[in-house]
Amino acid sequence: MSVATHETSMGLDHRKLAMWIFLASEFLFFGAFVSAYLLYLDTTNRGPGVEIFDIPFTSVSSFVLLMSSLTMVLAHNSHVRGDMRGMRLWILATAGQGMVFLGGQVYEFTVFFREGLDLTQSPFASSFFFLTGFHGAHVFIGVLILLGLYSLSLTGKVKVGQDVKTEMVGLYWHFVDIIWVIIFTVVYLIPELRVGG
Amino acid sequence: MAMTTTPTTGAPTPRFRPSSREGILSWIGTTDHKRIGIMYFWTVLVFFAFGGTQSGLIRAQLAQAEQSLITAEIYNQMFTMHGITMVFLVVMPFAAAFFNYLLPLMIGARDVAFPRLNAFSYWFYLFGGVFLYSSFLLGGAPNGSWVGYAPLSANAVSNMAFYAVGLQILGVSSLASAINFITTILNMRAPGMTFMRMPIMVWMTLVTSFLLLFAVPIIAVALFMLQFDAVFGAQFFQPASGGDPLLYQHLFWLFGHPEVYIMILPAMGVVSEVMPVFSRKPLFGYAAMAFAGAAIGFIGFGVWAHHMFTSAIGPVPRAAFSVATMFIAVPTGIKIFNWVFTMWGGKIRFTTAMLFSVGFVSMFTIGGLSGVMHAVVPHNAQQHDTYFVVAHFHYVLFGGALFGFISGVYYWFPKVTGKLMDEKLGKLHFWTWLLGFNLTFGPMHLSGLLGQPRRTAVLPEELGGTVELYNLLSSLGFVVLFGSALVFLYNLIRSLRRGEVSGDDPWDARTLEWMTATPPKPHNFDEIPTITARDEFWHRKYAEDEQHVPVPVPAGASVDTDEHAGHGEHIHMPDASVWPFIHTMGVLPLGYGLVYANWWLIGAGVVWMVAGFFGWIIEPLAEGDDDEPATALAAH
Repeated sequence: MSVATHETSMGLDHRKLAMWIFLASEFLFFGAFVSAYLLYLDTTNRGPGVEIFDIPFTSVSSFVLLMSSLTMVLAHNSHVRGDMRGMRLWILATAGQGMVFLGGQVYEFTVFFREGLDLTQSPFASSFFFLTGFHGAHVFIGVLILLGLYSLSLTGKVKVGQDVKTEMVGLYWHFVDIIWVIIFTVVYLIPELRVGG
Repeated sequence: MAMTTTPTTGAPTPRFRPSSREGILSWIGTTDHKRIGIMYFWTVLVFFAFGGTQSGLIRAQLAQAEQSLITAEIYNQMFTMHGITMVFLVVMPFAAAFFNYLLPLMIGARDVAFPRLNAFSYWFYLFGGVFLYSSFLLGGAPNGSWVGYAPLSANAVSNMAFYAVGLQILGVSSLASAINFITTILNMRAPGMTFMRMPIMVWMTLVTSFLLLFAVPIIAVALFMLQFDAVFGAQFFQPASGGDPLLYQHLFWLFGHPEVYIMILPAMGVVSEVMPVFSRKPLFGYAAMAFAGAAIGFIGFGVWAHHMFTSAIGPVPRAAFSVATMFIAVPTGIKIFNWVFTMWGGKIRFTTAMLFSVGFVSMFTIGGLSGVMHAVVPHNAQQHDTYFVVAHFHYVLFGGALFGFISGVYYWFPKVTGKLMDEKLGKLHFWTWLLGFNLTFGPMHLSGLLGQPRRTAVLPEELGGTVELYNLLSSLGFVVLFGSALVFLYNLIRSLRRGEVSGDDPWDARTLEWMTATPPKPHNFDEIPTITARDEFWHRKYAEDEQHVPVPVPAGASVDTDEHAGHGEHIHMPDASVWPFIHTMGVLPLGYGLVYANWWLIGAGVVWMVAGFFGWIIEPLAEGDDDEPATALAAH
């Protein structure tokens, strides 16, 4: 009854292939935001600019997000081995780290807002909040998906042997992490070097 | 027939699942790619009527100089909605209608890779269109043209929030289709269906889907920025605070130019299917045809700034984009020559479908030539924002895309309905269509070169009597087109009701979709065919003698009908599901919330859609999950 992967022309599961295709599209989405941010790096309209960033703080939350990729891998690994308890544990750990990152972002946005950087201040502010905000939205959706996966594995909708489901969530999650690596470098580190250097 | 498509029992039967194949609910819950294709088609016709009405008002206003039938404000809304409608609600979904119906049939699959996602795409398209049109009742339709240049469009009087959100919704629909079709083509080809055996239509579907995949996210970014500038006070395109309007132009055209190919490549696919059949020859230069399509896809991403030659982009980009734009004429020219050589020496049958295909090649060539003229920067500076440009893109989109699609309608109508369209009415339709089209858009070349500006509500008298005459001819051309469209509609409905029965293979066709019953059964093929050649069906019907003349194979023409079916084997077909419909309805409150900055509506829409997704996910499948493990008991 099953349409298994051995029947597909590429030998890949449909869903996995589709996820890769979707992520290819996402790269252009973030690429356009990054271009806008770089264009407006100095267009601060007499408001705060890149000097406002708190690199040590953001480094910590970046580290947490990067580590969540490790727990995601462990979750997938447990699922492949048929260890559903382990899988659920690592999924929760991944979602938890995602939420820590989101908390950090909310804190950071609040601080920036109090210091005068808000969406309507300047093109720089708009493009900063858009780029990091849309990334945050992706993390938030990722957390929702992780919690969904957790609940569905409890109800028996996600079973042993269906590790492709965890793998797909993992693909998305790693993508969100990789984008953050780019954002952290482009948005925070490189301009800071320029200002501080 | 021994074969069955009814679900096996044993799995829980979900509630809300339409089980019959009749009645409105069966359409709302359908996941059958053929039915979704049919829904796309009829929806397109409705929006085509709307878009046509708007162009009628435009032509009435411009029939004489200094007329004021409609106010400038209404005029702005009309040409804006005409553009948005024809691009996003007619040509693109028209292509989607063909893709949906034909793609699985052409590659020997039973459905697309994700049938529910396919339904999701359709409903997003429908609700996106309804959302855009609801703006007429809610204080005025978008009026800043289909390109929506900022900062004008970010201004509150421009009603462009509806544009930004509406296009976003339609973009989601396109993106979902693109992912679906790419996965289907890469992964679901019948055994033996290698890439170089795929019909050109499938190639064009693949290229178009990749274009959508990479272009839609860019317009999404531009629209989000525009939306937040317009409604929430962001500063992306506000020169007062240092924002750069050129950024919008770059983002828009980085999507907008690939979009041009998104609209034309599907029609090129249709024509590449129709021409060989009615010339009784294989397509000339198949490989060149496939690779030219792919090349157009690649180069299409590197020419966008030719829409901005009169903006401040500097001489180096102007030169570079000018050269790139001329270069894209090469693969396009390859295609045109290949169609001509396909007909060359063939036994041509001038059916209506063939006439429209020939019309496509000739009209598209005219549009293509004026396109190359635009690539020349000094020339471009003269023509920019005149009716010459309007003439050009109507020759490629109307004379190109629409002629191609109508050719496809006449060609595949028997496949979908089992009936033939009336050829006499069809030919009347073709000749009036060709005449009306050239009468409407031909004179625009001249009035444009004489200086008539586009997007201007009143035709200025000082342009002189010649320009006035050209405009009167254009308006008369609209009347001819209107009558011609009525002939088409009448032919469509009449043939549906009492058209001549077509049989399984009325055109002596070449490709896989004609190898199954007409109209196809829900599962398409009783047995998935094994492919041994390009034009598989033809090779099953004909062998060649020493002079390469096709000779019918005695036991050929093995149309896959009921008689020799019957292994009693169970065919796994996707279940119907109303969840895509329920889920996508949430986009309406979300969209209105974004336009009116109403957080309650936004929240309601988001919750609705998330809930819809969970309903979608946990909906029990009558067949069980695709990768349901055999021993699911040990799960916990």
